[in-house]
Amino acid sequence: MESLEQIKHRIEGAVAGARVEIITNPGPAGQHSLLLDHAHALRVATFLREGSGLRLDYASNVTGVDWPETVLKEKRKVKQTIEGVEREIEETIERTRPGFLEVVYHLYSMELKQGPVVLRLRTGDRAASARVPSLTPVWRGAEFQEREIYDLYGVIFEGHPDLRRILMWEGFEDYPMRKDYAAPVENAAVSIA
Amino acid sequence: MSARDFQVIPRLGPEGEALDGEQLEISMGPQHPSTHGVFRMDLLLDGERVTRLKPVFGYLHRNHEKIGESTTYLGSMPYTDRLDYFCSLTNNWAYALTVEKLAGIQVPERAEYLRVITAELTRLQNHLSLAGFLLQDMGASGTPLMYAFREREKILDLFESLTGARMMCNYMRFGGCRCDLPAGWLEQARAVVGEFPRFLDEFQALLDENEILMSRTQGVGVLSAALAVNAGVTGPMLRASGVNYDIRKVDRYGIYDRFEFRVPLGDHGDVYDRYLVRVLEMRESLKILEPALRDLPAGPVLDPKTKLRGFRPKPGEAYGRIESPKGELGFFLISDGSPNPYRYRVRPPSFINLTILEDLCLGRQVADVVVILGSVDIVLGEVDR
Repeated sequence: MESLEQIKHRIEGAVAGARVEIITNPGPAGQHSLLLDHAHALRVATFLREGSGLRLDYASNVTGVDWPETVLKEKRKVKQTIEGVEREIEETIERTRPGFLEVVYHLYSMELKQGPVVLRLRTGDRAASARVPSLTPVWRGAEFQEREIYDLYGVIFEGHPDLRRILMWEGFEDYPMRKDYAAPVENAAVSIA
Repeated sequence: MSARDFQVIPRLGPEGEALDGEQLEISMGPQHPSTHGVFRMDLLLDGERVTRLKPVFGYLHRNHEKIGESTTYLGSMPYTDRLDYFCSLTNNWAYALTVEKLAGIQVPERAEYLRVITAELTRLQNHLSLAGFLLQDMGASGTPLMYAFREREKILDLFESLTGARMMCNYMRFGGCRCDLPAGWLEQARAVVGEFPRFLDEFQALLDENEILMSRTQGVGVLSAALAVNAGVTGPMLRASGVNYDIRKVDRYGIYDRFEFRVPLGDHGDVYDRYLVRVLEMRESLKILEPALRDLPAGPVLDPKTKLRGFRPKPGEAYGRIESPKGELGFFLISDGSPNPYRYRVRPPSFINLTILEDLCLGRQVADVVVILGSVDIVLGEVDR
């Protein structure tokens, strides 16, 4: 199977204007992923499914990840001149990364028996209106899984044929898989007076 | 089907005009005996014909994934038993395999053999139960199911003497298995595997050309290969539609490359093919079990360098998958370097195999819905998580 860089180049050649970024995975599994932009996601997905040598006809796993706003600390060495002597000082820089929700697709090819290629889509923020394009029109296997992400993470999939809650009941309001979800402490029905 | 769920909807023709007949919306389940657990289907019927079917589930939802994210890596191992509670050993394996990928852990050879042996025994008893239940759903009350459960019992006895539990085995660990075989286990397992073909011969002689089975299942619930692939259907259901995709062959995880076995494929993709593919898969599992039980090497069953307590994989992520009896069982883990996974995801095969339930049932009769659902092989512990 081609390397992820090659796939990235082919996508950019086939879908004009598509922005694709490689997200590296530092762990031993080495499953790196491709971050897609919303506007071209559906066309990129179709290309991945149909493109020769790729034929990623099977969306195996679709899941959400919640990344709340965090403060990232980076250390770097800075040269400073103190009292006429140049010294190297370690400086900590704090950077606030805004929160977002992420949807991850693991694609395989049943025809060519290869994979996985990992796709990621990110929302702009963690608001209740956070949206990404649905890839269910390309891979029907994503239908229930995208519904589950909508149900548990609150990502709205634009273009999904039947976006309803799937595991929680209708009328439930929160998104339980988010990192800041607080389960109700007291159940009114069983509280002891 | 409870009375209060009945609702009469005026039937409309293609132009939206009212017709004389009426469509009936019924709620089948969640306590219906053929739903294999608490599972409900919203059916719209035109007479006996199904015109709409929406599966409704989540009754057994306990947010397994959230619990997985709030406990340690090892802490989730016994909890994976409760996903597909018929196949705890393959659940263990899928999870252990993913953590091993995430942290780069090696597995000793003897442990790999034990994993193959226990996983194939699990496949045997899962397919047996499925065949029994399917016949039970068709009205063959008792006999096939009791025959199947009689044989399953022998396999559960093996699990019990090895792991201490019949169904909630909690047997595998990152880097191997929890314990070695007890004395006499191999002989007992060889005896069970040795006797199994005779039982299968009898089972197949009774059922394969059974007129009732054939008339109830042939041509019913046909799933085309193209739809099966696009909808992410996996396992025996996919192979019954003629798609040659078995993760044991594709990924060759563990030591599956050392065994010779074939992948049975169906021609029609109907319920009968799904039944037959599973029966033939049992025969192939026996072809794996015999050499595995013969060639089991000596050695440790757990990599001594593996740290089970205080285990903190380096930051990164991994997706690992195996061919569980129901299809592709995958785990997706993200580590941020802490003792708990940052993200713990289960890719449940029977949840995703339900995607096409409506497509299989449209235009069929209610009685066929029961048989089609039975052939999907769902376990609600895994669907609802």
